[in-house]
Amino acid sequence: MVADEAARRAEDSARRAVVAVWRIESARIVATLTRHTGDFALAEDLAQEALADALAQWPERGVPRNGAAWLTAVAKRKAIDHWRRRERLDDRVAAIAHDLEREQDEAADALPWDPDEIDDDVLRLVFIACHPLLAPQARVALTLRVVAGLETAEIARAFLVPVATVQQRIVRAKQALADAHVPFEAPPRGERAQRLAAVLGVLYVIFTEGHAATAGDDWMRPDLAREAIRLVRTLAALQPDEPEVHGLLALLELTAARFPARVDAQGEPVLLADQDRRRWDRGAIRRGRAALARAEGFGRGLGPYALQAAIAECHAVAADVASTDWARIVALYGGLEQVAPSPVVTLNKAVAVSMAGGPGAALAIVDRLAGEKALAIGHLLPSVRGELLSRLGRDDEARAAFAQAAERTQNERERAILLARAATR
Amino acid sequence: MQYMLIMRSNDEAVEAYKEMPFEQVIEAMGKYNESMVEAGVLLAGEGLSDASEGFVVDFSADPPLVTDGPYGETRELFNGFWILDVASKEEAAEWAQRCPLGPGSKLEVRRVQGADDFPADNEWIQKEEGWREQEAAKRAATAPGGAAG
Repeated sequence: MVADEAARRAEDSARRAVVAVWRIESARIVATLTRHTGDFALAEDLAQEALADALAQWPERGVPRNGAAWLTAVAKRKAIDHWRRRERLDDRVAAIAHDLEREQDEAADALPWDPDEIDDDVLRLVFIACHPLLAPQARVALTLRVVAGLETAEIARAFLVPVATVQQRIVRAKQALADAHVPFEAPPRGERAQRLAAVLGVLYVIFTEGHAATAGDDWMRPDLAREAIRLVRTLAALQPDEPEVHGLLALLELTAARFPARVDAQGEPVLLADQDRRRWDRGAIRRGRAALARAEGFGRGLGPYALQAAIAECHAVAADVASTDWARIVALYGGLEQVAPSPVVTLNKAVAVSMAGGPGAALAIVDRLAGEKALAIGHLLPSVRGELLSRLGRDDEARAAFAQAAERTQNERERAILLARAATR
Repeated sequence: MQYMLIMRSNDEAVEAYKEMPFEQVIEAMGKYNESMVEAGVLLAGEGLSDASEGFVVDFSADPPLVTDGPYGETRELFNGFWILDVASKEEAAEWAQRCPLGPGSKLEVRRVQGADDFPADNEWIQKEEGWREQEAAKRAATAPGGAAG
């Protein structure tokens, strides 16, 4: 029994070591293989097979000194086998196989890549995973799998969907990319800004899902949010000259800084006004402000993410709600309405207006939004309306608005709060 | 979760480091740091200057005693640190093992405590009334895209 227990523990530890190396290296391994094979879907399969081999072998034979080199070498050997198995073994394929074999001999212990080339490769990989050809959910799944190195089961757990669903999304996404012959290259200059926006959008969706779960009974899933932050940091290292990458990084760091204060001991949400600001993560605030300063430093005006980060910064530097610079927040929301108009932004501006100038002016803005479709399906509009009406002493209308908001939210904890709110009016 | 990698070296390692060409040391460390930056895990890192520029505050005495020393052995001295943001203890170990250090050097790896390590404050119960007052408005005001606060 004791020996069994020890063996199980050793196996467990080896398994966790495999996962750690995989987290760090999977993007580079897939990127290298894609460059060599010219086939992203194949490269991803080969890398996954190498991972499976490691999970099977490391617990028995021990963790190799250079796990990354081991995984890359195994995946490359599989690439060679794959090409050999194929009947149409033309000269080009033979040449690739030869290259791979030679490289493998040379790179016995050294890190198996040229860092300069690889960085571009990883960036290309990010652009492929977030390709506009793919549905948003597929982009998210592929990014988490290929760039962040999450296993299918982890992604499924994070998004509360069956493993089979994630598997299917990934398989279909790879097939779609293969069918469209998506080349392994950074997007052409003209498309770059647009594609980068898609990449940032995917990373933001991953974070938001961790920040405020859209379904289920968890208020937030911080691991997913942290993973998104790490991905944005990676992107900021790869694309240091893009202001909005730093803007997004700033936004995520400043938002995540509040995580420690966002839930109480019972797991109930604590809202901004009541958060113990001493619990805010000062390190994250510092990093967020530094990233925002970097975005501002380009002098090209702030994009939507940087503007939201600037709003988050106003909160981060204020001692409490009363001393928050609400006028500046109203102005920043005004800027946001210019560059990224949406009913949600206007609604948020209305809330800031209510803090800066009272509920009356804010209610006028909110009521102008009543016809907006995007908000009509959400719970935010009636929830904010209820708050404003309540502050104006119009209790009956406030109660009705809170009840309507409760009806519309998908989040169980949120519904409970809104119902309590309606009951106390 | 965050881990701190604390670098300690004995006299032999310190001497060996002095023998190495400065450029080479800078390059090895630079590449190591760069790989962590690009993986999105490096939050902070500093090297500490020669121990002779430091001092010790000893709390055995009251008031605490500030002295130039005495120091323990060199191997007990920290001379630099990194703070990493990683998914697991194993990932911290994997990064630590990649540090370009030689014989005589050690990395002590410690988890940095976060808010989760401390009991949540009871103040909230008293403040509950307050939070019922204002939540929805504040929440929409502060969340990115207005999702939550």
